Amino acid sequence: MAGADAFDEIRGKPGDPVGRPEFAQLLDWMETTPPAELDRRQKAAEAAFRQLGITFAVYGEEESAERIIPFDIVPRIFTAREWASLSEGLVQRVEAINAFLADIYGPRRILADGVLPEELVLANPQFRPVLAGAKPPHGVFAHICGIDLVRTGPDEFWVLEDNARTPSGVSYMLENREAMLRLCPELFEQFDVAPIDSYPDALLETLQSVSPRGRGADATCVLLTPGHFNSAFYEHSFLADSMGIELVEAADLEVDDDKVWMRTIEGRVQVDVIYRRIDDDYLDPLVFRPDSLLGVPGIVAAYMAGNVALVNAPGTGIADDKAIYSYMPEIVKYYSGGDAKLPNVETYRCREPQALRYTLDNLDKLVVKLVDGSGGYGMLVGPTATRAQIEEFRAALIAEPHRYIAQPTLALSTVPTLTEKGIAPRHVDFRPFVLSGGKGVTITPGGLTRVALREGSLVVNSSQGGGTKDSLILTGQEERA
Amino acid sequence: MLSRTANSLYWIGRYVERAEFTARLIEATIRLDALSARPAGQGAWDSALLVAAADYDFGLTGETRSPLAISRYLTLAAANPNSIRSCLDAARSNAKSVRTALSRDAWEAINRAWLGLRGRASTGGSQTTLSLVEQIRAETRGFEGALHRMLRNEAYSFLGLGAAMERADNTARLIDVKYHLLLPEGEKVGGLIDRDQWTTILHTVSANTAYRWLYSEGLKPWLVAELLCLKPELPRSLIASSEEVIMHLNAIGKRTGLQGEADRLSRLRHNALERTTIDAIFAQGLHEWLTGFIYENTRIHQAIGQQFRFG
Repeated sequence: MAGADAFDEIRGKPGDPVGRPEFAQLLDWMETTPPAELDRRQKAAEAAFRQLGITFAVYGEEESAERIIPFDIVPRIFTAREWASLSEGLVQRVEAINAFLADIYGPRRILADGVLPEELVLANPQFRPVLAGAKPPHGVFAHICGIDLVRTGPDEFWVLEDNARTPSGVSYMLENREAMLRLCPELFEQFDVAPIDSYPDALLETLQSVSPRGRGADATCVLLTPGHFNSAFYEHSFLADSMGIELVEAADLEVDDDKVWMRTIEGRVQVDVIYRRIDDDYLDPLVFRPDSLLGVPGIVAAYMAGNVALVNAPGTGIADDKAIYSYMPEIVKYYSGGDAKLPNVETYRCREPQALRYTLDNLDKLVVKLVDGSGGYGMLVGPTATRAQIEEFRAALIAEPHRYIAQPTLALSTVPTLTEKGIAPRHVDFRPFVLSGGKGVTITPGGLTRVALREGSLVVNSSQGGGTKDSLILTGQEERA
Repeated sequence: MLSRTANSLYWIGRYVERAEFTARLIEATIRLDALSARPAGQGAWDSALLVAAADYDFGLTGETRSPLAISRYLTLAAANPNSIRSCLDAARSNAKSVRTALSRDAWEAINRAWLGLRGRASTGGSQTTLSLVEQIRAETRGFEGALHRMLRNEAYSFLGLGAAMERADNTARLIDVKYHLLLPEGEKVGGLIDRDQWTTILHTVSANTAYRWLYSEGLKPWLVAELLCLKPELPRSLIASSEEVIMHLNAIGKRTGLQGEADRLSRLRHNALERTTIDAIFAQGLHEWLTGFIYENTRIHQAIGQQFRFG
């Protein structure tokens, strides 16, 4: 189990007397600012989040239908060097994801070359045969990717999961920074932190760059939300507002002559780019789920006709599927020609008999995940699971092995975090947001750090008691000084 | 602007205005109740139910018509679609779905008002009710303030349009319920209870000092009626609300370059209001005239919905 012997991102390796001198000022700050003062600031930030309505809904919890994600006042820091090497790996990975999608929905060279089993793609529920032949502008399918990373040592970063559908969390990245700037301005005097407030501009540029009719800044871009009962609605409205584009619901859109129009008080207006935050299943009742009331009938036909850009394109789920994930090193190598700069976590595909046997023999040491699960649901963390939970997963694995993958339990890095008993290490992960548009890949120097607030816990999901932190990326000047 | 957004903004304007009106109605009723000897005090609460168009629905709850039960029903009852709580719920729900069209201040004011009522189950005695109602009024004033600081764009106009339409309806219903007090002929006026009632009406529309400014005479029922119907100086009068409706529709028309049935009907109504006198209204019958006004307001409401494709 992780815990005491994990790498701490601010203090360094356990027992290391030198630690990480580049962050000494942060340690100073933590020690000289009284815990009561840190607590006051943390509460002030959370009160502001509540007042802004930065809430999320927890499915299955009626009582607290609107909660805020706990915010931790102690930031996490990456050096410029760490960020530069992470960025390279992210660009390579996301370019490969887009090349893979263009290939799968196009010539399918990777299958012909036998790099991965054909049925794994073609029989995968995330693969949408109806979209074969789609040619979105500039060949970009996954315009916005959130790559979940974990860390186990100074230079050991691993990709835990790719999110190539509709990754969320970027509003927390931005609002956490706003709160930190307001509540802890002294930290930004001590460290040269790269600004992140350009993210909405970068996102808008990405949207405009893939407009099928061109039109540059005149392209009509909209953000399509399922509505204000959706758990991520705050983020939808926040992003639409920051970009100055309309926040639309399906009922605001109609398709006519394979073009998408929105209903306005002045009549209908043709839409060029739709940043949609609705899952594929609910996008178009004519193509996907016919029982869905959320979608826009005909929108997929308009997309296939090349009259509207969907961001992300439908069908990108095949690229972040957990079964495909285990082949990502091969996929990256196939399209980039080099080894993946960001490694995968070792993954046992339970569909393979040998891997299944190993998994069943080591359930108490492994993390077992549903291939199609998300948000920390349908997941077994062996080392902390009860005997009953392990047996439950054993039965499920034997019944449907193809639905599961297993991974070793990593000694996730920790970051000092304010707890009821003062500052203590807590495990974290990291989700940077990678934008791909007509002019290539852009990564805003920041991301969402999620922290498992319970002592020893490795589950960072907000639905399972996780919180967030600001993630500071230092600019180069700092290190030369 | 999206038609759905315009629709939500319009309803936010209406709901916040309705919540504020109900708060002022409760405040004035508590005052009237305290001034009057029972059973006149009871009458104060019954007529509050009538003004809020909640009399029938309250009867369905089977509760006793006590001041406490009625003030709770008007303030907190989730079952009452026009209670302050329901109005703020609806306003906030609409505000959530069009947050991008609202300024941060305006959203926060609505959210604060909503948070203030969250978890409240009872209004308590009249002191507690008064402080609760005062708190709600402070929040809605905060919303009005936020509106005035908003960019003068379509969002502002639709919020204002909703508020003005609602205000016209509320004031008309308030006068209608009390119309027998305002009818000069055949009524014995000037008694103590009547005087308190008139003051209550003026309180409900924040017009007690306005009356003194505009009329040198003491309280006269027909002058109160004239003030509430036809004095453009009083923001909550029918004619001032009508003028505001036209102003907002004009602003929207200027920005979109389109005008329609709602513009036409509201100008017609306003012309009629400008030409009439309180004597002419009394000659027609105040109640009949108000019924006509409320009907016309509903027609304009529907025309607005059609013109901007609220559907």
